[in-house]
Amino acid sequence: MMLAPGSAVRVRFDWPETRGPVHIRTPWYLRGHTGTVVRHLGDFPNPEDLAFARPAEKRALYHVLFAQGSVWPEDHPGDELLVELYEHWLEPA
Amino acid sequence: MSDLLETESERLLAAVRSLLAQKGIASPSEISERIAITDRASPGQGARMVAKAWTDPAYRALMLEDGAKAAEAIGIPMRGMPPLGVLENTAELHNLVVCTLCSCYPRAVLGYPPFWYKSAAYRARAVRDPRKMLEEEWQTVIPPQVKLRVVDSTADYRWMVLPRRPAGTEGWDEDRLAAIVREGDMIGVTLPQA
Repeated sequence: MMLAPGSAVRVRFDWPETRGPVHIRTPWYLRGHTGTVVRHLGDFPNPEDLAFARPAEKRALYHVLFAQGSVWPEDHPGDELLVELYEHWLEPA
Repeated sequence: MSDLLETESERLLAAVRSLLAQKGIASPSEISERIAITDRASPGQGARMVAKAWTDPAYRALMLEDGAKAAEAIGIPMRGMPPLGVLENTAELHNLVVCTLCSCYPRAVLGYPPFWYKSAAYRARAVRDPRKMLEEEWQTVIPPQVKLRVVDSTADYRWMVLPRRPAGTEGWDEDRLAAIVREGDMIGVTLPQA
């Protein structure tokens, strides 16, 4: 499933680090938050497998935009966070 | 050899380099070439790109489309490097780059990151309270009507900022322009001054 620019997505509220050794490129402060897909940046070998020298299949990487105020209390209206997130961390919002 | 003259890490490095050569993974000359490329990378390379983008609209378009191609176009080696994205500052938008997870940085065009870029304090404050951090630490004031976009470099891309050309630089050539572009301007913590 390719996410179109403008799609609303939620970052999975999941904490694999509580279940064992992991390498995750999804910041904890975004878990469970809703943002908007800006664009597909390309497909890259899944770093969560690469880090452990496991076979890593390519995953779609997206640039996703979040309103600063939806994530942090120190909001200046209009400010944004733009973050690279892998497809398997995103679910439709 | 004495431990005073050769550390354990040097012996380990020599062993790894010898194995890389024996197994045909990387020859000594390839390793030397890579070390030379890494040593040459510095903010001066990114500054050349910025200065060219300020004076050449076609180059600016290429840089925003594909930063790595734009770097290669002026002789910066990008082979084996992650893709490079370029974030353009405008009258309405200011970009600030951070890597909250570690220290991802566009080393090919900016060299080694400044020490504070890797600090826990920068990584936390840049993403949570960026305006106050910029004012307190760099005396950089982003006007309230300008949108601040914090770009958290979390994965496979590397990001550099294309700052706005400052007033008072009309008619300057590329070399003179490149000389005023600092590494902080291309991270987004400072603004170029004429």
